[in-house]
Amino acid sequence: MTRAAFQDKFFGIMRWVVIAGLVVATLFPFYYMLLLSVKPIDDLLLDPGRIWVSASEFTVDSYRSVLTSVENGGQGFLLMLRNSALVSIGAVILTLLVAIPGAYAVSRLRFTGQRKVSALFLGVYLFPPTLLAVPLFVMFAKAGLQGSLVGLIIVYIAQTVPVAIYMLRSYFTTVPISIEEAAALDGCSRYQIVRRVVLPLAAPSVMATGLYVFMIAWNEFLFALLFLAAEPSHWTVSLGLQQLSNGVEVPKTVLMAGSVVLTLPVVLMFYGAERMLTEGLTSGADKS
Amino acid sequence: MTTMTQRPPDTEPEPTQRAARAKSTLRGQENRAGLVLVSPTFVIVLVVVVLPILWTIVLAFQNVRLVDIQSQGLFGHWTLHNLQRVFSSPGFWSSLWTTVVYTVGSTLGSIVVGLIAALALRKPFRGRALVRGAMLLPYVAPVVAVAFVWQVLLSPDLGVVNHWGMNVFGWDRPIAFLTQRSYDVAGVPVPMALFTVIAFETWRYFPFAFLFLLARLQAVPAVLEEAAVVDGTTPWQRFRFILLPQLLPVIALLTVLRFIMTFNKFDDVYLLTGGGAGTDVVAVRVYRFLTARFDVGLASAQAVVLAVVLIVLLGLYFKFFGRRVQEEQS
Repeated sequence: MTRAAFQDKFFGIMRWVVIAGLVVATLFPFYYMLLLSVKPIDDLLLDPGRIWVSASEFTVDSYRSVLTSVENGGQGFLLMLRNSALVSIGAVILTLLVAIPGAYAVSRLRFTGQRKVSALFLGVYLFPPTLLAVPLFVMFAKAGLQGSLVGLIIVYIAQTVPVAIYMLRSYFTTVPISIEEAAALDGCSRYQIVRRVVLPLAAPSVMATGLYVFMIAWNEFLFALLFLAAEPSHWTVSLGLQQLSNGVEVPKTVLMAGSVVLTLPVVLMFYGAERMLTEGLTSGADKS
Repeated sequence: MTTMTQRPPDTEPEPTQRAARAKSTLRGQENRAGLVLVSPTFVIVLVVVVLPILWTIVLAFQNVRLVDIQSQGLFGHWTLHNLQRVFSSPGFWSSLWTTVVYTVGSTLGSIVVGLIAALALRKPFRGRALVRGAMLLPYVAPVVAVAFVWQVLLSPDLGVVNHWGMNVFGWDRPIAFLTQRSYDVAGVPVPMALFTVIAFETWRYFPFAFLFLLARLQAVPAVLEEAAVVDGTTPWQRFRFILLPQLLPVIALLTVLRFIMTFNKFDDVYLLTGGGAGTDVVAVRVYRFLTARFDVGLASAQAVVLAVVLIVLLGLYFKFFGRRVQEEQS
């Protein structure tokens, strides 16, 4: 067998081994999460190695405990889901409101400092979030925004706007400028051009950007911990789950049910629009 | 930044001759529209990012605790005391070293695994879209949830990994993956908890590298490889001499992005180990200084030192690999 033929065969087999390995490695933890969330804790302790659940032991008690309100002796995750939804949707809408004009300007209009703007915005990521944490912590304490969801939304906008602009910009530049010129000749103002011509054309990328912002805001943990820890009624699901794990005598099965509750919304949304999102994120990467 | 502040988007420009002329031209109109449209972004980044960073730097040189800030002015007593304390505090150097190992390990790991995944999924097969979707899960899922799943998976008493390890692979006792500082493997001490955290980071971020590399791979013209096949090359040679050079700019860019993000990472380590068992990265230290002692000065100084180290490391990187990254961005 020649070396080329051997390698062809070898890599042909390895390819499937790699694919199988990766699928197991990525899916198994999520399967395990789901499994434990519907298992009674006693059965888990009895036989930790059994990775299936029988019909007789299947239970939704963990979910009941997680979702029941605090007054009724549960963990109150419904309220946290509402908080998380408010924060994430608020962050999405406001970020898009800020980023769409910004991205349009950066991609279309020649203005003083245009080139520097992009560099400045991407420079945001150079500084550790923990570096922002100290002064923001103090600023919010002074402004009375500590423990409020509004403060958190403001931070999320600042954290996501640079990527949002970056993602939108690469799409805006693909809209042919002649379409805009035609609209201008027909008497559209600049606002109308953006509103009626560019936005409808860029709708997929706006959706993708919105989803990405949603994902970041929904999953964020550090700033929620810093600003909301003292205010249980404002906890987001991420923070609530982490605080739950600190509690004494919380069974792991309940913790896993909480993890499922936290993971499900964002995963459902993501797979609802996966294609748009992945294309939006990497559309700048495949140019040769 | 300076150019931005030179020309604020004023609605009522001074009625000088120059401004009047600029107003009348299309070019001037465009300039103003651009500045107006970009100003909301600029304002929010300025208030929530730039000003806090500047303030941190100021705080790092002042002796303040959280309670003092209300009474103290912005520019109180200047002092180098905080920096001194940062450098002399116990565990500072080891923490910095841990951060570097953690960052380099996670960056390398996620890019290598991402590259292997991208190569494996390059050619279409039945169910590729599903596999590709599955591989994005770790990146999409909330960090708090996946960190807890890993904790339970690796737990010494009820985790499935240790259970199987003892029953199938014959380990004589469970391994405390996340709480044991070092573990002897054939007489060599291995930093167990740090390795586990790096593995977690690799698992969580390989999809990011995978996405970018797959997109780039699919843009490589097929003719190149077809020609090489005709020339009788082996698959390894085709990867080494055709694909890899095409991928290098993306890899260089990914390295920078992942390095920056991991270096500053707080959540993952904090949630998995709380910074214990030899995983005390600097970001977790900053958090501890801030919340456990309310020592704003020390926390700021520590954060500034972290940022400076990152900038120095990036500077070195760009000095050696700068051209490649620029190629990718241009």
